[in-house]
Amino acid sequence: MSAIGLDTPAPGAVRRSPGRRAVRRFLRHRMAVVSAVVLLLIVLAAVFARQISGHDPNATDLFATRTGPSGDHWLGTDSTGRDVLARLLFAGRVSLGVGVAAALLSVAVGTVVGSLSGLLGGWVDQTAMRLADVFMSFPSVVVMVVIAGVIGPSVTAMVIAIGLFQWPQSGRLVRGVTLSVREQEYVQAARAVGAGPLWLVRRHIVPAALPPVSVVATIAVAQAIGLEATMSFLGIGVQPPAASWGNMLTDAQSLTVIKTMPWLWLPPGLAVAVTVLAVNFIGDGLRDAVDPR
Amino acid sequence: MGAYITRRLLINVLVFFLITVVIFWLVHKAPGDPVAMMVPADQLNSGSAAFIAAKRHELGLDQPLILQYWHWLVNALHGDFGYSLTNGRSVTSLLGERLGPTIELMGTGLLLSLVIAFPLGIVAALRRNTRVDYAATMVSLGSVSIPAFFMALIAIYVFTVRFPLLPSSGISDPSAPGLADSLRHLVLPALILGVANSGAYMRYVRSSMITELGADYVRTAEAKGATRRRVVVRHTLRNSLIPVLTYVAANLPQQLAGAVVIEQVFAWPGMGQLAISSVGRHDYSVIIGFALIVAVLVLISSLLADILYTLVDPRVRLG
Amino acid sequence: MTERSEGTEPPLLSIENLVVDFATDDGLVHAVDGVSLTVRAGEIVAVVGESGSGKSVTAMSILGLVRTPPGVVRDGRILLRGEDLRTVTGERLREIRGADIAMIFQDPMTALNPVITVGQQIAEALRLHDRDLGKAAARTRVVELLRMVGVPDAETRYGQYPHEFSGGMRQRAMIAMAIANDPDLLIADEPTTALDVTIQAQVLDLLRTAQRETQAATILITHDLGVVAELADRVVVMYGGRVVEEAGVRPLFARPRHPYTAGLLASVPRADLDGELVSIPGSPPNMIEPPSGCAFHPRCPMARERCVEDRPELRDLGDGRRSACHFTDELAEGSALFSAEEAAG
Repeated sequence: MSAIGLDTPAPGAVRRSPGRRAVRRFLRHRMAVVSAVVLLLIVLAAVFARQISGHDPNATDLFATRTGPSGDHWLGTDSTGRDVLARLLFAGRVSLGVGVAAALLSVAVGTVVGSLSGLLGGWVDQTAMRLADVFMSFPSVVVMVVIAGVIGPSVTAMVIAIGLFQWPQSGRLVRGVTLSVREQEYVQAARAVGAGPLWLVRRHIVPAALPPVSVVATIAVAQAIGLEATMSFLGIGVQPPAASWGNMLTDAQSLTVIKTMPWLWLPPGLAVAVTVLAVNFIGDGLRDAVDPR
Repeated sequence: MGAYITRRLLINVLVFFLITVVIFWLVHKAPGDPVAMMVPADQLNSGSAAFIAAKRHELGLDQPLILQYWHWLVNALHGDFGYSLTNGRSVTSLLGERLGPTIELMGTGLLLSLVIAFPLGIVAALRRNTRVDYAATMVSLGSVSIPAFFMALIAIYVFTVRFPLLPSSGISDPSAPGLADSLRHLVLPALILGVANSGAYMRYVRSSMITELGADYVRTAEAKGATRRRVVVRHTLRNSLIPVLTYVAANLPQQLAGAVVIEQVFAWPGMGQLAISSVGRHDYSVIIGFALIVAVLVLISSLLADILYTLVDPRVRLG
Repeated sequence: MTERSEGTEPPLLSIENLVVDFATDDGLVHAVDGVSLTVRAGEIVAVVGESGSGKSVTAMSILGLVRTPPGVVRDGRILLRGEDLRTVTGERLREIRGADIAMIFQDPMTALNPVITVGQQIAEALRLHDRDLGKAAARTRVVELLRMVGVPDAETRYGQYPHEFSGGMRQRAMIAMAIANDPDLLIADEPTTALDVTIQAQVLDLLRTAQRETQAATILITHDLGVVAELADRVVVMYGGRVVEEAGVRPLFARPRHPYTAGLLASVPRADLDGELVSIPGSPPNMIEPPSGCAFHPRCPMARERCVEDRPELRDLGDGRRSACHFTDELAEGSALFSAEEAAG
């Protein structure tokens, strides 16, 4: 009798591709699916901002300042008569844009540093990991305070201040993947034949790192949106008259506004909270989809 | 232990110097004349051109950048951070009088976050995947997702506007000072700061506990006849404390960032509020001074984390 | 190694029809599917089987250490001197754990708490069962125990941490912890698997001595037949969550009465015989959907139609032997089922 290998699948086992299995696991996560739908709606609302609100977010009307919700202005008007709903929706573009840009930056830097660190090892690796510790503890808000104070606030500066300090999360991950890929026999064989590090990164490290990094990237987007809102709220981010959910709340620092004009501060605050929550839930769902443990 | 700590110390100091280099680069990027930042306003205004030139020479501003950096750093390490551009006072004294309130806020806030995070995290880990766990996870998710400043605004609405219970600004009421009054002013800011930071800590505590609860040595302890309570408290709690405490220590600079926001919303007279208002006034000296303080905090927190790690984990202590 | 006959004395431990399931992502795993075995005072019973045969789970179930979830003990009785350990109070179970019944685990590195000194962990075993034992008295006793198990420099070693011990010494410490309260039953779960070959012999020696000194009955879980030959009085062979054969160690080795046992014995490489290495064809059974009838039939050279339809019961063959095979009699003459060469004389 010939020996059957131990890895022959047991009779009756269904073969499913790992991708499809991941999608099924994601769909099982109720909050993640709901959040994905909610996020889609938010994105659509931001894209079709003009159509939905029907107003110019920068059009002031000094005869109708701080009016409450009405037929014409569904969410009322702000201190210079601008339509709150229009500003809210256009601000969505800024917040989502900055969030995604910062996250992409952090993942890009993280991938480069992480893979270099893993491939080169030695003191390069040691230094990179020490730097990672420092970058991770450095608060983006403080960095932005300093940059805004000395050079002046700008959206680019914000993206850098946020994204540049989030790289350690993805960096460590990619480094781990690089280290394990490096040890694989087929890799050593390929390198013996002359395959360069770039090939290694493109063909093996990136595909292997993609699932966990996508989770980290999603969390990074959520964090970035929150940070942008905070910075704009403090006045060191998006500057008026451009609208950001954060700077729409700067006005709310008066007790009068808080008490009597909820339409001014509740919508932008809720917008940030809901968006960040939704992205975080999606991140949770992705994490379960990618690694069911 | 000595070798490990020494090595970490050297690395941390090196990093600190690198940060100061970056900050110094910013000093020079700032528009305007650096002299204005380093000389008290009264001297500047009353001084003749010759005097200012002499000052410039004295401060080494005509020397190569490296030496300037060195002069500046030495001054800073001696406590001389220059002078405020808005009121001419020394930055050190300005920041100094704000240090107390910020520490008070950060300290209380940190205490509150841990008081919330530890029980929640431990219970969530012990009752994993039950409704209690899901509820706790939702709370932590909310804490992490809802921006602190929005939480603060809602709290102000509830506790100051709707039900006038607590003050929403300042550190005390000048007309009726006292311990009770100070505490009343501290409650809302510290509470919001605590709640806003608790989410991240709670998740850490939970995952740390879950890892330890699944360890083999738990089974050994049970096999010896230990009660569940003893296993949790004597064995797993101690082991899960290690990574959490280290994380808390390393996270101190982020705590400061949270304090900056809370100080702004509640008009709390701390360093953070000063920094924000300095941005609007283009008071570069104060901003740079603030940056230096943060750099020192990064250094301290990193060292603290390293020390804590060796104190609590015997495997490292003797390695 | 004395041959024990079926005495009139009641057994120390009696497992009756134990059924344990595990809930996994892929389905319900029937890890232990109706296992019964007995252990008499002072005897060493080896439980043999491949990974997944259910031997470890059976051992864990005795002290109620199966993690629930995902494990569930669905049925069965575990009688210690007539007391059903599945139905006793939590407090009573804790009294028994570490005192009447003690366990030695496979990997001493992970089985010991890394941040508590070895001495304190052994002392814990003592003080959990003797409230009045003071710290100093416990320490003295622990040092004594460490000396007994052959840990050099016991006084210093008391205050050291597990990572400062070598692998063999860690296992010695675990044994010290197990015998601290003079248990009536020792359960050793693959005690030498995680150790270097050279250390294995030493630890086995120690186990044998410990057993002799304490006169404790021992359940020895292993997949290594060499260990069985060294220590055991009696052997229980498990496959697919069930007991398939049971016999005294010599009769088992001389004349296996179950095809699986025969396969196991045949696959042990022997330096004194020429020939190919023999292995049992096929792979371990899927415990979520186990084969119908006899769990071994897909790999059994003797399998027939009856084996597919009819699950064989564990039959008493006399002389303290049991076998769960419809055709066990065909093995009574000692036919070579698996060997590629002629049976050596």
